[in-house]
Amino acid sequence: MPASRQAISSTHERRPDQLRAAWFRARRRLGRLGWTIVAAIVVPFFAAPLVWMLAASLKQDAQVFSIPIQWIPHPFEWGNIRATLDVFPFVSLLINTVIITFAVIIGTVASSALVGFGLSRIEWPGRNIVFYIVLATMILPTYVTIIPLFALFSRVGWVDTFYPLIVPSFFGANGFSIFLVRQFLMRQPQELYDAARVDGAGFAYQFWAICVPLATPALAVVGLFAFIWTWTDFFLPLVYLTTPSKFTLMLGLQYLHGQHATLWPQLMLANSLIVLPVMIVFLFAQRTFVQGIHLTGIR
Amino acid sequence: MQFARSGQAPSGRAKGRSSFKRRDLIAGLIFTSPFIIGFLAFYAYPLGASFWYSLTNFNLIQAPTFIGIRNYSDLLFSDSLFLTALRNTSYYTIASVPLQLVVSFAIAMLLNTKLYLRGLFRALYFFPAIVPSVVAGVLWTAMLNPEGGIVNLALNVFHIPGPNWLGSTAWAMPALILVTVWGSGTTIVVFLAGLQDVPVSLREAAQLDGANGWQVITRVIVPLVSPVILFNFITNLIGAFQVFALPYVMTGGGPVNATLVYSQYMYQAAFGDLHLGYASAMAWILFLIIGVLTYISLRVSRSRVSYAGL
Repeated sequence: MPASRQAISSTHERRPDQLRAAWFRARRRLGRLGWTIVAAIVVPFFAAPLVWMLAASLKQDAQVFSIPIQWIPHPFEWGNIRATLDVFPFVSLLINTVIITFAVIIGTVASSALVGFGLSRIEWPGRNIVFYIVLATMILPTYVTIIPLFALFSRVGWVDTFYPLIVPSFFGANGFSIFLVRQFLMRQPQELYDAARVDGAGFAYQFWAICVPLATPALAVVGLFAFIWTWTDFFLPLVYLTTPSKFTLMLGLQYLHGQHATLWPQLMLANSLIVLPVMIVFLFAQRTFVQGIHLTGIR
Repeated sequence: MQFARSGQAPSGRAKGRSSFKRRDLIAGLIFTSPFIIGFLAFYAYPLGASFWYSLTNFNLIQAPTFIGIRNYSDLLFSDSLFLTALRNTSYYTIASVPLQLVVSFAIAMLLNTKLYLRGLFRALYFFPAIVPSVVAGVLWTAMLNPEGGIVNLALNVFHIPGPNWLGSTAWAMPALILVTVWGSGTTIVVFLAGLQDVPVSLREAAQLDGANGWQVITRVIVPLVSPVILFNFITNLIGAFQVFALPYVMTGGGPVNATLVYSQYMYQAAFGDLHLGYASAMAWILFLIIGVLTYISLRVSRSRVSYAGL
């Protein structure tokens, strides 16, 4: 490479600077094109399955695995929608999932705001101990606590209800959310709180009038994570919910897959119906999501 | 919720300070009380109870009966299926974690260079990460279909005969690992966030000093993002050891227990056979393994992770 560069600049002695600049520009553009081609070669591994899923959901049964692959269904089999709803009670599963997810979002946001405030904006002995306990709950595997909790919830008659999935979130069961809010609040200037304190405001007022408005970006991140985790959770609903009419989307899909493993168009349509809301939320909340990664402070 | 106002004038200095502290303590406890109650009910109590159950015979209907360390000794010395599950989970973890790290790092590097349509590529590489495991499992069951599934069609292009993935004891686990790598978007995004913090000037300085591309990566970029690598390594390690939904949906542990993972065996023992004491012992062994692995990785990395640049 250096040899060729020398050759060019020595044959055109008069305008070496311009030539070198042009050479570098061309090289940069070529590099950009080259890496774009690499990215385009690798991307099908990540993207093709999802495209295939969308296409298969509107194909006729016999076309699903036809060779070569049909990327666009021909004809569009709109009847699949009806056929899917016959075996997959999408609406009732969706309602159950929405109820649980909505309640968990409220519980997580409310409890992590309160606890996060208590762990960052009030100086009190024992604060750090509580914070370390929050961190400790983050690394405790669900599997260690699930069996006594199941025994406990079955004793109070909560098994096969939504309560075991919802109630813990109101009590700060998600340590990571508390951690996020606390980290966010720690970085905020103290002056606003001091000013309010001088004016005679109590902690309740400081929380409601200063902390909550300031922490809105962090609370949005916490709400978004709560949405994604709850919407996609499989293990806890599997443990606690037993009646099919109370199933969430994930359980319903697993049930459908177990009952009719070869109804591919219906399975793929159900898949698409579950994934699309998540994708839409993600597209709208992309900025919030990226912010969440920054908030964790790992970068 | 109206706490004492801070405007009050304390009569004596020492007294004033102590009443301040007392008030702050009460306020702190009130604000953190949701977590304190939740911790006692949903963490502390279950943790103790689970350890007690692990020393008992317990089937949810009758009261637990104490049997000492029988559950643990049975698991480790006479339950071959448990050892199979442990071996399968180790295989899955040892293969998937490094693979995920290398692939994600390479893709993050790629997505951090100047590309045409970079935003579109970033979204496309990330999308699988928001696909729930159950959906991914059902979808990839179709992808891995030996007759007309995408994976084997792609292999056919290179004249490689594709195996009967999920029906083969040898290939079912690699198939699960493949799906795991497919969903690495979160790891990619975290790497990308770390890479964006590496100053371009440092890279250019190394290049001017005559470093080639590989040297820039290994000597400049990797050390600078080493905390991010450690973070991704530990999160993925913990996640991999607890994997549940993907094998449960795709193979149900088969064929012939080739993909029976730890958490599924524990789930069956607890909620299928109602051997809650036995399953609790398994949970504690899992907890111990994860704790030791995390501790070792933090220890080993201490000399290799530099927090200087970030």
